[in-house]
Amino acid sequence: MSAEETSKLAERLDALYEFDREPVTGDKLHGVWSFLGMYAGEHVAGTEFIIGPLFVVHGVTASDLFLGLIVGNLLAVLSWAFVCAPIAVKTRLTLYWHLRSICGPYLTYLYSIVNALGFCMLAGSMISVAATAVGLPFNMPMPALSDRYPNSISWVLVVFFVGAVVTTLAILGFEKISRFSKVCVPWMVLVFVAAGIAVLPQLGCTSLGDFWRVAQEKIWSGTVVPGQTKFTFWHVVFFAWFCNLAMHIGMSDITILRYAKKWQYGFTSAAGMYLGHFIAWIASGILCAAAMGSVSPGPIAYMGAGAAGAICVVIAGWTTANPTLYRSGLALQVATPNWKRWKVTLVAGIVTTSAACFPALVMKFLDFVALYGLVLMPMGGVIFADYWLFPRFGLVSNHAEKFKTLFSIPAAVAWIGSLAVVFWLPMEIFFKGLPAWFITVILYTLLSAVEQKRRREKEAVS
Amino acid sequence: MRAVAIVVSCAGLALTVVPSFYVMTGCLSWVAHVQMMFAGMILWFVSAPFWIKKD
Repeated sequence: MSAEETSKLAERLDALYEFDREPVTGDKLHGVWSFLGMYAGEHVAGTEFIIGPLFVVHGVTASDLFLGLIVGNLLAVLSWAFVCAPIAVKTRLTLYWHLRSICGPYLTYLYSIVNALGFCMLAGSMISVAATAVGLPFNMPMPALSDRYPNSISWVLVVFFVGAVVTTLAILGFEKISRFSKVCVPWMVLVFVAAGIAVLPQLGCTSLGDFWRVAQEKIWSGTVVPGQTKFTFWHVVFFAWFCNLAMHIGMSDITILRYAKKWQYGFTSAAGMYLGHFIAWIASGILCAAAMGSVSPGPIAYMGAGAAGAICVVIAGWTTANPTLYRSGLALQVATPNWKRWKVTLVAGIVTTSAACFPALVMKFLDFVALYGLVLMPMGGVIFADYWLFPRFGLVSNHAEKFKTLFSIPAAVAWIGSLAVVFWLPMEIFFKGLPAWFITVILYTLLSAVEQKRRREKEAVS
Repeated sequence: MRAVAIVVSCAGLALTVVPSFYVMTGCLSWVAHVQMMFAGMILWFVSAPFWIKKD
């Protein structure tokens, strides 16, 4: 690649994010209620209809689930508050510009592409979720837990219909849908709760006093569905903590929290964790047990809440898929010079919809979420080391920006190297995030120290 | 106007969640519960956009 071409690529990448290049100014900061609403909205989504049932089929016991969710969600909130928010309010930059100053434009570009592909898969699972509700009136055969490939023509047709609607709306712009999703949140939370409560009599629970007994014996009884692995307390803790790994420890949310007046606003993530990742997961688990282990979101929501439940599934899937698809289009746009935004979003929509046809995306959703977070998280470790550790060790922070580096080798080696090491470690994917973070921080700090020492020696000679 | 919208929204949310407790205790049929939830949904969506902040 010539020098002219490289500079053009960097210019294109910068142009995409030009509008938020500067740190947020004091007059644009948001109050605590904005963050409470935003986190509650973001984490009460279509995915909650999948995750709750998957805990049931993985044989989690009731006490492991409740304690695990309390501890895991608390760790997630603390990660937002103590890892992500302090850097966000001190730099007030988007993740893109922050990473660019540390890693250079090319590594940031690579990160954006990986992130975009992850977004496509996430949006695809949302389309699948919505399709299970849209297909209800047509008696469409629902995908089963063991299905990996499309199980009928009608499933493919419904998925493509939902995908076409979602893609068209994402092309038209996602801001109005984003506003609409905020309106939906309080109602969606209550639909989850109502649907869960209304099916309790089918499990033998007719008063709140019966709930714990029924929960232990009939819902989270600890019985694993054949073909699934057994989940323990630690699986629940680590999944609840790391299902948003890319956002808190991976630092994606510095883009959002840079608008916070104080770093303590990171604690507002508790609204999303305890409404979406506690109440909604429990409610959807109850629905799964009442449906004799079915994990299809549309039918189980209909069983608990009728048409309102099915509409809730469509809205929950749709409002999550739209901004996700829009963001993936934005990230991919830099790879397609001279393409209009609509064309890139259309391609992302086709990829997403094609992926959504495969039920494996939903049935293996826990593994996918864990993988997605793990792959992106090391860049959060790089930012953490650069911000907190480098000044203490006498190293230069924001190295790429200061020395006009296009590609940071220490960051790239720390990213790829940490993933290579943890993939080799004999442990389940849900637990790999923790060692990966420490490996990234240590590798990046050591390699940067070597690189900066060499640079100083070279400068001294010249 | 805003106050009326808020009252209607609260009624919508109440219709969404309260009947489920009656279903659990056997005081209400499932059909009546889902009809009330549907009515609650309509009340919520016709009123909430008038008072929920855009940003």
